[in-house]
Amino acid sequence: MAQSPLTLEMRGIHKRFGATIALDGVDVRVQSGEVLALVGENGAGKSTLMKVLSGVVQPDAGNMLLNGKPFTPRHPHDARMAGVGMVYQELSLAQHLSVEENILLGMEPARMGFLNRPEMRRLAADAIAQLGRSDIRLDLRVGSLSIAECQLVEIARAVAVGCRVLVLDEPTSSLTVADSERFFELTHRLKKQGNAVIYISHVLEEVKQISDRFIVLRDGKSVGEGKTPSASTKQIISMMVGREVDDLYPRSKRKAGDVLLEVNNVAGDVKPVSASFELRRGEVLGIAGLIGAGRSELLRSIFGLDPVRRGEIRIGVYAGAASPVLRWTQGMGMVSEDRKNEGLAVSLSVSDNITLSRLDGFGPFGTVLPSRQDLATSTWVQRLNIKIQHLRQAVSSLSGGNQQKIALARLLHHDVDVFLLDEPTRGIDVGSKVEIYKLIDELATRGKAILMVSSYLPELLGICDRIAVMRRGELHSARPVADLDQHSVMSEATGSE
Amino acid sequence: MKNALKKLGPLTGLVFVFALFSILRPEAFPTADNIQLMLLQTAVVGTAALGMTIVIISGGIDLSVGSVIALSTVVIALLMNAGASPLVAALGGVVIGAVCGSVIGALITQLRLAPFIVTLAMWGALRGAAKGLADEQIVLAPDSWLNRLLNVLTESQQWSLLPPGVWLMIVLALVVGGVLRYTKFGRHVFAVGSNEQTARLCGISVEKTKMGVYVLGSGFAALAGVLQFSYLTIGDPTTASGMELDVIAAVVIGGASLAGGEGKVFGSIVGALIMTVVANGSTKMELPNWVQEIVTGCIIILAVVLDRYRHRRTE
Repeated sequence: MAQSPLTLEMRGIHKRFGATIALDGVDVRVQSGEVLALVGENGAGKSTLMKVLSGVVQPDAGNMLLNGKPFTPRHPHDARMAGVGMVYQELSLAQHLSVEENILLGMEPARMGFLNRPEMRRLAADAIAQLGRSDIRLDLRVGSLSIAECQLVEIARAVAVGCRVLVLDEPTSSLTVADSERFFELTHRLKKQGNAVIYISHVLEEVKQISDRFIVLRDGKSVGEGKTPSASTKQIISMMVGREVDDLYPRSKRKAGDVLLEVNNVAGDVKPVSASFELRRGEVLGIAGLIGAGRSELLRSIFGLDPVRRGEIRIGVYAGAASPVLRWTQGMGMVSEDRKNEGLAVSLSVSDNITLSRLDGFGPFGTVLPSRQDLATSTWVQRLNIKIQHLRQAVSSLSGGNQQKIALARLLHHDVDVFLLDEPTRGIDVGSKVEIYKLIDELATRGKAILMVSSYLPELLGICDRIAVMRRGELHSARPVADLDQHSVMSEATGSE
Repeated sequence: MKNALKKLGPLTGLVFVFALFSILRPEAFPTADNIQLMLLQTAVVGTAALGMTIVIISGGIDLSVGSVIALSTVVIALLMNAGASPLVAALGGVVIGAVCGSVIGALITQLRLAPFIVTLAMWGALRGAAKGLADEQIVLAPDSWLNRLLNVLTESQQWSLLPPGVWLMIVLALVVGGVLRYTKFGRHVFAVGSNEQTARLCGISVEKTKMGVYVLGSGFAALAGVLQFSYLTIGDPTTASGMELDVIAAVVIGGASLAGGEGKVFGSIVGALIMTVVANGSTKMELPNWVQEIVTGCIIILAVVLDRYRHRRTE
């Protein structure tokens, strides 16, 4: 199955947008039969570099060579035809068309405008077979596939045109653990078939597992590279943030106080099936589990975004289910896992987003004076070290880390006691992660109660006091982190004791 | 500097078209009388555009505006014929509008229907209701001060500078602008329009906010109906047909986004003025009607393209 060798080189790539230098002379080299991991914090230039590679943007200086020949794509289509295919985090499939139609979209075999159906079937089947997944039916509508299967279709689409340089952008960010494992096998297979894979990921454990070499980008420069097996995670993180990171997970002395949130045998529409726990002041309780286990649904039911069908919820002196409106007044706030679609109103300003839940006290007679709104906001911007140009800037123009801090600042501004945090560090850079861990620790020491859902086990084990595992909608009882490790939590989550 | 440019967008357009016609027709166009006339011609669309601005910022749309205006004129005429005072009749017209708005709001929030569908249905139903109430003909009404809200000022009224109907629009524009910018309700409207899910997460009652939005939207349309009645001096169930599109155009030219979360009252009024200036100026140039209509179409496209360009520059 091995094909002729292939190399892709990017040399001294420069790109400037207005006053900001996005890429400042980046060199990348990848060849067939290897997986190159591209790591770096948000804003380091990874996505711009990939846009240059795929022809979405043109570099100001520098050149690219594909097998020694100049490669100058003006458009993603050029890149694809030359053999460089991108698989983005946000999938770009036509939901209403079939698997087969999607794979061959824009390159359908036809005679005089009439589709050659048998030929289509053959090409699509070939592409899917190359990925080792002939079990996927070609006539199914893409809308009915799982995310993992959609991803596969997307890759098949690149393979079908003969792409041999495949760029995978955060491919596992929305996959379950089992699907991720399958995905790693697929990546391995692609590599063995003689393709060159560029793998972009935030999850360093994944990078360690899958890549042969890595390149670290920081501020638009390549600041380090090497063979993955011989580098430690800590070394890679240090290169990413540009300083030594010693205490990733700070943990001060905390003292658990009174019970603030009591959940008794709560069930929602489909999930959760049953959940019971107590959350005390000064405590960080983590909820682990696979994607789809019902963790987010549990948080949403408690907060009143999803219905509660059975069971009892008690917050301080208040009992019963309630709407989000009431939950806020009861001193509870929530950070959504979906920052862009739910967590933030991205077209609104920093000030509006932070103060939205509590606009009182910003002027006489119930009015809201923007100047006072900005005054309150600026304290939080400083305290959380949020990097913005001005307070009336739309949130959409900020990096993920800064956006997440804004979502958290809303709860601080509202001065809630119970924090429901759903994947609070998903998709943000390591630097911001560490700051958010510090903040959570500080809140716990100040007597706040934090309930946190995360799919990233090291962080749960790092900052929580207790962890409860959720499996198929059932929340198991919480145990102190001292009694747990990654392996025991995983086997409890998958049910493979 | 960039911010100033952003704010001035539609206003620059207005100054431009005004200057253009002033140069082309210096003797007939930029006169005090003609300016007053153009303000009069803007009052109905401008007043309805206040409500539409709120609706569009909240991420909705209201296609029933023209029908509400017609219904309002009919109700006013009927009430006056029944012996109601002009003030009571006018209030009656506005109340009917608010009731229509609450029906729209209820259908959108309770049955979870798209605003486009609900108001499209109301566009037909309310026009029908107006025709039914009026027995499919115009409704004559007794003469009163209500007929003189939009008259060109006489010599003895010069002290008031502008006709009362224009003052009404200006004062209401300031009020709505203030409400949108300086009240909780206003901020909530922006939040719902920008991202409904975020609004819900933040403890904003999305349903109540939307109810308020559509009551105000139709309420301002009915108020525009009061001005339309004043202009017609009769109740006419076929009046203002298609005016909803003028109103939407004014709001869009004024810089609002149909995706919600964005819009300015000042911009909408300027948008309405731009359309009047083009219509009036074209008449002064003796251009046929179809030319005006093509020009207005081009302005809508140009306004949105320029707006998007400005956004890209400032981000």
